[in-house]
Amino acid sequence: MSLELWSIAEIAQRIHAGELTAARVLDTMQARIQNVDRELGAYLALDGDRVRADAAEIDRKRMAGEPLPPLAGVPVSLKDNLVTEGLATTAGSKILQGWIPPYDATVVARLRAAGALVLGKVNLDEFGMGSSTERSAYKKTRNPWDTSRVPGGSSGGGAAAVAAGLCTASLGTDTGGSIRQPAAFCGVVGLKPTYGRVSRWGVIAYASSLDQVGPLTRSVADAAAMLQVIAGHDPHDSTSLPVPVPSYAQALTGDVRGLRIGLPREYYEGLADAEIRAALDKTIAALVERGAVKVDVTLPHTQLALTAYYIIAPAEASSNLARYDGIRYGKRAEATDLLSLYMKSRGEGFGPEVKRRIMLGTYALRSGYYDAYYKKAQQVRALIKADFDAAFEQADVLLTPTTPTTAFRFNAKATPLEMYQADIFTLACNLGGLPGLSVPCGLSSEGLPIGAQLLARPLDEAMLLRVGGVVESAVGLAGARPSGVGGI
Amino acid sequence: MAELAQLLEEWEPVIGLEVHVQLATQSKIFSPSATAFGAPPNSLTDPLVMGLPGTLPVFNRGVLELALKLGIATASQIRAKSRFARKHYFYPDLPKGYQISQYDEPLCENGHLDLILGGQVKRVRLQRIHLEEDAGKNTHVGAVSHVDLNRAGVPLVEVVSAPELTSAEEAAEFMRALHRLVRWIEISEADMEKGQLRCDANVSVRRRGEDRLGTRTELKNINSFRFVQNAIEHEIARQLRIIDGGGRIERETRLWDASAGQSQTMRSKEEANDYRYFPDPDLPPLVVDGPTMGAVLRTLPELPAARFERYVRGGLAPDDARTLVGERALADYFDAAIAAHPSEQGAKTLANWILTELLGALNAGGLSIAHAPMPPDRLSRLVALVENGTISGKIGKEVFEESYRTGEEPRAIVERRGVQQISDEAQLWAIVERIVANNPRQAQEFKNGKDGLFGFFVGQVMKETQGRANPVITTDLLHRALGR
Repeated sequence: MSLELWSIAEIAQRIHAGELTAARVLDTMQARIQNVDRELGAYLALDGDRVRADAAEIDRKRMAGEPLPPLAGVPVSLKDNLVTEGLATTAGSKILQGWIPPYDATVVARLRAAGALVLGKVNLDEFGMGSSTERSAYKKTRNPWDTSRVPGGSSGGGAAAVAAGLCTASLGTDTGGSIRQPAAFCGVVGLKPTYGRVSRWGVIAYASSLDQVGPLTRSVADAAAMLQVIAGHDPHDSTSLPVPVPSYAQALTGDVRGLRIGLPREYYEGLADAEIRAALDKTIAALVERGAVKVDVTLPHTQLALTAYYIIAPAEASSNLARYDGIRYGKRAEATDLLSLYMKSRGEGFGPEVKRRIMLGTYALRSGYYDAYYKKAQQVRALIKADFDAAFEQADVLLTPTTPTTAFRFNAKATPLEMYQADIFTLACNLGGLPGLSVPCGLSSEGLPIGAQLLARPLDEAMLLRVGGVVESAVGLAGARPSGVGGI
Repeated sequence: MAELAQLLEEWEPVIGLEVHVQLATQSKIFSPSATAFGAPPNSLTDPLVMGLPGTLPVFNRGVLELALKLGIATASQIRAKSRFARKHYFYPDLPKGYQISQYDEPLCENGHLDLILGGQVKRVRLQRIHLEEDAGKNTHVGAVSHVDLNRAGVPLVEVVSAPELTSAEEAAEFMRALHRLVRWIEISEADMEKGQLRCDANVSVRRRGEDRLGTRTELKNINSFRFVQNAIEHEIARQLRIIDGGGRIERETRLWDASAGQSQTMRSKEEANDYRYFPDPDLPPLVVDGPTMGAVLRTLPELPAARFERYVRGGLAPDDARTLVGERALADYFDAAIAAHPSEQGAKTLANWILTELLGALNAGGLSIAHAPMPPDRLSRLVALVENGTISGKIGKEVFEESYRTGEEPRAIVERRGVQQISDEAQLWAIVERIVANNPRQAQEFKNGKDGLFGFFVGQVMKETQGRANPVITTDLLHRALGR
């Protein structure tokens, strides 16, 4: 297997042993991006001087015998809603075109400090609002398994880049499934940590009470290595949890004996796709075969999650996006008075899906309607959390499909509501603040990846990694590789 | 049209104030940028203050301590768990498109502020005191507008009074009382010229005896004690004239133009913003626990209204007591002088000396009480010399002037200059007898009823003693010697 597909551990060990230089890693990855990304469309911006200097510094340290940080020389990409000092950050929106941030997001700073090589910024649905990456204002990202299909979204650029070997790992954000759903569509591992586990400082906000940063990787072990670096309290984020971070590598025991695997009835009843159903059944059987116990659980308020989500997320978005006014940064339209400056800058800068959600959210928050919408949705949210609490009294981990379908074709979702339903299995996890993992568990007859979703108690990412590792080795993709672009 | 005074007999003004007070913290409420007045534009900013994408607020706990001081000083109910909310509107000086404020769960509720009105304390209820961030400042130079974000994120408390002030004078007094209090408890400089204390007023009128409030207008930009009074007076008159002319008051926001002495419609009810408040998801609830309250309680001094009442109970005239509590440093000076004074009865005398001699000298020199060259214990010792008859009041003033100027101890000045008062009766009697004997014609005229001549004899004694004769004893002896 070539460098482009090596794991984090393989790269780190070789660099540590002096068998590989960071400069060589960088050259190889940049060449592959040059060759393949024209077709794949994952990257929005590539770093140059900064990452070259970082690679040189790692090689200098190794030569000098200085200790190397844990991700030394590991090439990563970042979803373009993560703020990067000196590197254009757009959130996939025209309204931020040309903005060069003066600071790094905490997760970016932590990756850099850990020696990761930040190759560039990857595509997304504008401000994270979408499930196909078709809502990017800049480009189309293709699914490397079938280029006529979407990579999922909103972290579609990262999922496609990881799957196609255009980086070893990527950081995405997940507000209602935006890491897990593209991970499932692209046959990679996607982890959404517990709300508050990872800092949001420098994450361009979509829905503040739901957003969380997490890794997209080709293996569960790589997800553990990435989470290890980005997790932990950050004094810049008041919602980040001041709790210690366990060793995630140690979670990968390969042992699921005695674990209770909860199967939420509502997720399987709503599952129409027989191939996904079969892949899940195979996954369940494999876990039971290895000593896990299957338990049926119920999450009775599941059907309300979509509605609650589409009140809360747009409400918060309408507020978070108020700052894009053309005054201080980003796009400023030509105008002769203040009101038309606002209307034109925002009218020209935001895409239709973003405008739709701003309007939804503005409506939900207007005076006199707060109780009927936002507050009610928060009450539903509390019920959904209570459902999970009850389920986790009977089960240690929940296993569900990540998505109701495999990757769909471009322009397949005719209405916004159809698109919203692509996230029905992933939304509740964000509303409950739980950690969730999508891990590949098979291929459809069309050769498209299928994802299994694992959900655990708050802060129990170790459980997800432990069970996810077993799913990966027992079922997984059985060595299948995407053939859509630049095969290696 | 009817006279204003006549209308006021029939109609009662009702005024509620919303006062913003900048809290004197070193850094901003949600980010580490410094707070200062007059720094170069946009020099006190950071990514959060500029509203850059990805930034998050972190609450400065120092703000809480200052706000709690005001909450406790106004006897407010303090919420153990209050919440920040976002208030949305678009304006170039508001970088995030929303202001972080508090809405339905404010830090303080149901407090009161004590006003000293006509020698008495009037208690005005406060609906709430909440925390928020200040906005930046727009300036317009010709066709160009500039935004300075130095002020953006400076911590504010908004103090909202109940609508129970009934005149412009009361409203102005409310502002003075709040100004005095926030300076007293050292939470704000409250310099109105620097915008550290800003006032909006809600004004309405209703028929006397009516419970229901009339339609109110909101007056903005009334940022001096004088403007508060002028603007509200003007607004009451405007409303009464409309009603008298058969019109109706429109709910609107009006902007006070101090130079024109007029207000203008800023926005009508239809144009009012829908602020779309909702709890800020970036900030956890603000929790106030017992130890925090205890620590704040320990730092709170005796409050001005309480001190006013103590002074009046101690025998001071209400006007004097009011002046003394006008400023904490002045009241503290007075208390320190009393503490250094040997007699219990000195309060009134000390107050007189402070309010006339000391303040006079300070004003003449443009000094504040905090920088008085005469420390309270020294003034107290000087006053004691007058009270125990060592020197006369007149000499005392001269000694004060010299001690104030040179810092020399009053007793040393008295001894060096030999100006001790002569209170020895035998010594004074000899002088009095001699003067009466030397002026027989005047003595006879006085005996015949020409009262004005008494002053002549006092003057002669003072001349003889270089002003050192004890005036009380001298008067007594002169009456005896002159036979009436």
